[in-house]
Amino acid sequence: MSALKQRRLMQGNAACVHGAIYAGLRFYAGYPITPSTEIAEGCARELPKIGGRFIQMEDEIASIAAVVGASISGLKAMTATSGPGFSLMVENIGYAYMTETPCVVINVQRGGPSTGLPTKVSQSDTMQARWGTHGDYTAIAVAPSSVAETITETIRAFNLAERFRTPVTVLLDEVIGHMREMVSLPEPGEYPVVNRVKPTVPPERFVPFEVTENLVSPMPCYNEGYRYNVTGLTHDTMGFATNRSDEIAPKLDKLKYKIERYTDEITKLRVDMMDDAEIAFISYGTVARTALQAISIAREAGVKVGNVQLYTIWPFPDRQIAELCACCRKVIVGELNMGQIVHEVRRVLPHDKQIHTIQRYDGEILTPHQLLQKLDEVL
Amino acid sequence: MAVTTTAEKQKSDVILQYLRPRKKFPSVWCAGCGNGIVMGALIRAIDRLGLAKDNVVMVSGIGCTSRLPVYLDFNSLHTAHGRALAFATGAKFAQPHMKVIVITGDGDALAIGGNHFIHACRRNIDITCVLINNYIYGMTGGQGSPTTPPSAYSTTTPYGNSEKPFDPCSLAIAAGATFVGRHTVHHTPQLEKMLIQAIEHRGFSLVEAISNCHTYYGRLNRAGDAVAMIKSFKENAVMLAKAKEMTPEELRGKHVVGVLHEIEKSEFCDEYQLMVDRLKGGQS
Repeated sequence: MSALKQRRLMQGNAACVHGAIYAGLRFYAGYPITPSTEIAEGCARELPKIGGRFIQMEDEIASIAAVVGASISGLKAMTATSGPGFSLMVENIGYAYMTETPCVVINVQRGGPSTGLPTKVSQSDTMQARWGTHGDYTAIAVAPSSVAETITETIRAFNLAERFRTPVTVLLDEVIGHMREMVSLPEPGEYPVVNRVKPTVPPERFVPFEVTENLVSPMPCYNEGYRYNVTGLTHDTMGFATNRSDEIAPKLDKLKYKIERYTDEITKLRVDMMDDAEIAFISYGTVARTALQAISIAREAGVKVGNVQLYTIWPFPDRQIAELCACCRKVIVGELNMGQIVHEVRRVLPHDKQIHTIQRYDGEILTPHQLLQKLDEVL
Repeated sequence: MAVTTTAEKQKSDVILQYLRPRKKFPSVWCAGCGNGIVMGALIRAIDRLGLAKDNVVMVSGIGCTSRLPVYLDFNSLHTAHGRALAFATGAKFAQPHMKVIVITGDGDALAIGGNHFIHACRRNIDITCVLINNYIYGMTGGQGSPTTPPSAYSTTTPYGNSEKPFDPCSLAIAAGATFVGRHTVHHTPQLEKMLIQAIEHRGFSLVEAISNCHTYYGRLNRAGDAVAMIKSFKENAVMLAKAKEMTPEELRGKHVVGVLHEIEKSEFCDEYQLMVDRLKGGQS
């Protein structure tokens, strides 16, 4: 690694494109929507230069459909959108869950519901990233809180998608997407790049959706001799539609446990000043930035407060949150919505733990000052 | 006593080569369904073209028709309702050397998938779209579709259809498709030949195959059984050359068959590759 790494003033959405290409992105399909559009524009500019493919589709339904088609074809693929577009995409994100197709969906969140607040920040799609599509499945979603982290979390999203054969959502928000910061660009080899495992058995012995030891079946590309069936219908291990209860439950178990069993591997947290903390902030995305400033100010005033930042939002890190908050009397969950991740925190912490919330859903960020005010109230 | 001729045996041997060895039969289709006839024509067309099985991707949406790729020994992608062309666009653009064939029905392609249909035509991406038009939703039990004729009966038009239908071929031509043709499941050799032309055509090709859903359309509209419906396709088909000499009144209720539109226009993946090559050459 060179002593002087390349540093650049970069926008969050541009950082997302940079991270994606680092991770092996070669196919982008999307539809313009504020505040995510710069990701599409960046991909339109950069992908043809490296022989990758960019296509602007007729809507978001078609965009995620093309992404899934390209991924099954053999390319690493992603799309980017915001709330209204994500709502349209959940149909075929569900198809990707069912068919176990790796892909990355970037949601640069804005206020909702409906057309909502196109140019204002929000974290109100946190639950949609988990429960957006119908049916039972387990989702992976990650949330960076800076431009630099947008590069690394996008790389991680691709790696998780390939490792677990599943769609992965990156929850950006309008502030991070449009913010500009100095970043060090990662050098080749600095971060691992994971590729899907390919089958090694000959085609006649290939079982496309085999329940393997780690629950992730090897996945071939087109034109490699493995002519298998892919369907959104509940299917058997050969990929053919089934109505048999002894085949339905194992398929759904596979979708759930291939991820839940590896929650510890997927979980990524940042823990600040929690060793002796009596009060803990729990934050993610934009709020994590202001929470860090708030706790350092409070510490100077002698308040024993810490912060747990979630990079992995889904699957929710139940065990880690319970352990980290075990010695705290009080927990404050800060979110730019009317209370979403707080329900998960309530679920995993004991009933006698005081859980407070601070929420903002007027299109503005939670400031360090507001967090400190909340801390004063709680003390 | 049934006698199988050598020619018939050779025909069925070809079919057997392309059926999935590990897929359980019978199919979901009713006895006499036109979907099987189109599948046979498609297999013979692909066999005549000598396409490698590994090089064919067959994509479909949801409906009776969309089950077709599942029975065949190609790369098959059975997707969501109406979205086949959007998935196919991704698959084709990711690996442009693949032959991508979309199998769809009138409800799948023209109602829920209407937007994807016109935009696939507009892009002129090299996909062959086989639209089996039986004028009704079969899998959900006989509801009206965008091609159900005026006054026709379905379970959602119990007093006759108040709506006007789409003509899929006119729609495709207007939207920019560069090969458009129509035949019926009575005209099997012609359909097979048209499929060969469509697959060989560089650009977006549509083959509309008029087909029978005797189970719902036939029963609800007193159009008879499979044989009666297929016979009516024979009686009501008019070749394009002859149709040009007929008045709109004379053409009412007729199916104009043949290659309706064929032009050369640059194909989407080719155009994109030219841009990639230009960028590699240092031009912008």
